[in-house]
Amino acid sequence: MIRYILLISRQGKLRLAKWFTTMNAKAKSRIIQDLTQQVLARRPRTCNVLEYKDTRVIYRRYASLFFVCGVEAADNELLTLEIIHRYVEVLDRYFGNVTELDLIFNFQKAYAVLDEVVIAGEILESSKSTALRLVSGPRPSLPWLYYLIIDTESQLWEENENMTQELVKAFF
Amino acid sequence: MVYHNLKALIKGIRACKTVADERALIQQESAAIRTSFKEEDSFARHNNIAKLLYIHMLGSAAHFGQIECLKLVASPRFSDKRLGYLGIMLLLDESQETLTLVTNSLKNDMNHSNMYAVGLALCTFANIASEEMSRDLANEIEKLLGSSNTYIRKKAALCALRVIKKVPELADHFTAKAKNLLTDRNHGVLLSSITLVTEMCQIDAAICDEFRNAVPLLVRNLKSLVTTGYSPEHDVSGITDPFLQVKILRLLRLLGQGDEKASETMNDILAQVATNTDSTKNVGNSILYETVLTVLDIEADTGLRVMAINILGKFLGNRDNNIRYVALNTLNKVVSIDTNAVQRHRNIILDCLRDGDISIRRRALELSYALINEQNVRVLVRELLAFLEIADDEFKLNMTTQISLAAERFAPNKRWHIDTVLRFLRLAGNFVREEILSAFIRLVAHTPELQAYTASRLYVALTSDISQESLTLAATWVIGEYSDVLLEGGIVDEDSPKQVTDKDLIDLLVSILDSPYANQLTRQFVLTAITKISSRPMVSSVQQERVSELLAQYATSPELELQQRAVEFVSLFNLGEVKEGVLEKMPPPELKATVIGTVSEQKPVGSTKSAPDQDLIGSENDLIGGGSAPVNGHAPAQNNEDLLRDIFGGGSDQPATSAPAPAPRSTVDDIMGLFGPGPTATPPAAAIPPSNPMSAFNIPATQTPQAPPPQPAAPRLTSYTAYEKNELKITLTPQTSAAQPGTVMILARFQVSGSSAATGVSFQAAVPKSQQLQMLPMSNPDINPGSVETQRMRVVAPVGSAVRLRLRISYTMGGQTVQDQVDFSGFPPGLTGAHSLGVLVIFIFNVLLAFIIIQVFLAV
Repeated sequence: MIRYILLISRQGKLRLAKWFTTMNAKAKSRIIQDLTQQVLARRPRTCNVLEYKDTRVIYRRYASLFFVCGVEAADNELLTLEIIHRYVEVLDRYFGNVTELDLIFNFQKAYAVLDEVVIAGEILESSKSTALRLVSGPRPSLPWLYYLIIDTESQLWEENENMTQELVKAFF
Repeated sequence: MVYHNLKALIKGIRACKTVADERALIQQESAAIRTSFKEEDSFARHNNIAKLLYIHMLGSAAHFGQIECLKLVASPRFSDKRLGYLGIMLLLDESQETLTLVTNSLKNDMNHSNMYAVGLALCTFANIASEEMSRDLANEIEKLLGSSNTYIRKKAALCALRVIKKVPELADHFTAKAKNLLTDRNHGVLLSSITLVTEMCQIDAAICDEFRNAVPLLVRNLKSLVTTGYSPEHDVSGITDPFLQVKILRLLRLLGQGDEKASETMNDILAQVATNTDSTKNVGNSILYETVLTVLDIEADTGLRVMAINILGKFLGNRDNNIRYVALNTLNKVVSIDTNAVQRHRNIILDCLRDGDISIRRRALELSYALINEQNVRVLVRELLAFLEIADDEFKLNMTTQISLAAERFAPNKRWHIDTVLRFLRLAGNFVREEILSAFIRLVAHTPELQAYTASRLYVALTSDISQESLTLAATWVIGEYSDVLLEGGIVDEDSPKQVTDKDLIDLLVSILDSPYANQLTRQFVLTAITKISSRPMVSSVQQERVSELLAQYATSPELELQQRAVEFVSLFNLGEVKEGVLEKMPPPELKATVIGTVSEQKPVGSTKSAPDQDLIGSENDLIGGGSAPVNGHAPAQNNEDLLRDIFGGGSDQPATSAPAPAPRSTVDDIMGLFGPGPTATPPAAAIPPSNPMSAFNIPATQTPQAPPPQPAAPRLTSYTAYEKNELKITLTPQTSAAQPGTVMILARFQVSGSSAATGVSFQAAVPKSQQLQMLPMSNPDINPGSVETQRMRVVAPVGSAVRLRLRISYTMGGQTVQDQVDFSGFPPGLTGAHSLGVLVIFIFNVLLAFIIIQVFLAV
């Protein structure tokens, strides 16, 4: 089983942390701190496995983000890499060319995607499309226009905040 | 300013220039959120929680949002619910009281009409459920396992997994439902239900047996995954649902373990997976890896096993480091089962020690320890030592330990063993466990034939490098202990032996004291070592002087331990005669059979068995010849050390006291000659040449009042001569009391037979560890001709044991200082009670004279 999943940026900032085992806050921050240091120090073309205390840590880098998984001794390291990849694929499809900024500004959504791929430390769904379909949740019952704006907003987040606000005002 | 939504907040935080700014902003925002929570503003709640969760991820406290998350969960809106549950998952865990409040929300939502709401509740439960919550909601979960909705079924299966992890006895609860789930067509449901079943089988062997029937079903599922062509829904680079394949393989592993029939059923499919899976991509290798693990664990036929090990061999040659990592890791498990299969890959494994990747190096290192055996110990240890030179510091401690253990177990000879330890002391002297160091010292102490070699190697090593702590300690100890060997033989290591002077040795050791690497421990070692060196006879007085000056310096050291040592050593220097004894070579720490054998040559053995008839003088000559002449190259000190061991060596030298002598001995330098059964009933005084006119029973009037005369009525009041030389005679009179068996009062009498007085007499005695000794002061340290001085001792010995004494006498007579050491075991057995038969035998043979090796130290 996966004990925890961390998303760490190349600058050493935590972007997402999911814990499947109970740990106190101190232990958690210790792990985050230690692994950030160790993972960032890894050279390219080394293997994707680290040994940290009694856990094996599988990590993989996608662009500027490191996806880090602490797993138990019995776990298949190679398959854990595939699970990470599966999560990234679903994120990518969900956000459409996902970037680190997507995950920063929509961190709740990143968690929601994860909840459809891994729960209780085990992979839940092996089909990408099913996971993707389920992440969106129930069909909205609000006017379509509203959703149009929300979607626009998510694409324009880099633009000036006021501009989006004006868009909203204009449509209402 | 307060940010109106999450995005604004994130932007604000990202715009912060410094960490301090960021912290201030977060604090401000956190306070604003808190206030807003107090105002019970339900419209702002979603926004506030979202902001709070972001702040939480940045490492700030967010516990005050827990209750707000619960409120959010109660909202009818899905987005609120989702955020609420996310907050609960992030802010709460088993250890928090608030979690109990969540149970009700979860229960409500598990019965929600909307499957997404149920899904959220199940997901939350699966991630954070506590034991109590698991018991409360187990029935709900069981019900949902039978749901018609695959989305709910698969999540419920993982919830059941959480339940049985928290409350293993609930496993039975889910078996019926779990069996149904195994027949499910949906991959998601299959995936999570197989995970559930795997956990159940691990928890309970009975459930495992129950699920053995499912093996054909699992095999069929696996087969269809392997044989079906491209299925877009579950394809991962050309392989259909590797996640499910791996899960099935893992369950098969558990079911096949220790079960012939189940293993038989899965043999074919395992072979098929092992041969047909594409090994060019990571996905394929993950399946192959899992297959190998399964094959190794079940009762697979040999062909399949060979195939599995070959796959690992191929993995090892793979250029992908991940694959090599798992191969090394798996071979570590295999090595205990099938060492030969792993030995075949030895070279590749050793190559991995030089890999650029620390994870690979670590695994390879573990594996190479396991590979060492008698045949390859030389090669492998050489490789390990080569690696030690470049190894990461974190490996070194473990490596030195493992190498040392391997050398201890498999060393072809002692020289190699010592060389190996010397090598790693030089390479990684700062990473050696204390136990390993003391094992090495023990080894050196037990290997007298290599002491010269070891000492000179260590001397050379220390001259070139004093920065390795353990090397310094080992070298200091050995040089201090065997300085005489070094001084006599020089450096024997090189082609042309080089002479070493006492000055060189002391210079070297003093340089350690002054070096920046010195710590308290090394200083202690050095102080002891130089003290020991200075007590050796071949050391010049200049150096002795230097040592005492140095010790005097340290007598004011601020480090208490050093100060104490220095003060003790300084005062030891003033006690000429005691100093020699204290600073003798240490006996090897722990006696081993081989060592005892070589030592017992000079062991005084009190035997009542027949021995060659020799008169006492003759045998005394023999004794001196045998005792003080160097025996097989050892300096006399060695004999002394052996003697010390005889007395203090504890239980292992017990045979020395038992009546029959165990070993046959040569007649010439046999000490037993001394104890030869002389004519019976001869009082000892008569046997000794006329230099001692005083009989044992003569009690002169000059006796001090504190030494009452022995009661003449006592039947066993016989005195035994313990020492007689240079006109000084010492006799011992033992006295026992029936009330206190085991306690022997001994009265020592000192007399001079010549005309000159013995002055400054110091009489010391020691007993074996099993006995206790108390001594009163001597009546008068100066013995004038004609007077008798006395000293009383009390020995408490275990009942039935023989009283043995080591006596040390020093005195000045006629301007000459004499110092002698004598072992005395001439009392009849039975003094300490019991042994009536022994007493009888002894009385037949009458009195024994005892008395052995004498090391004469006559200062000219």
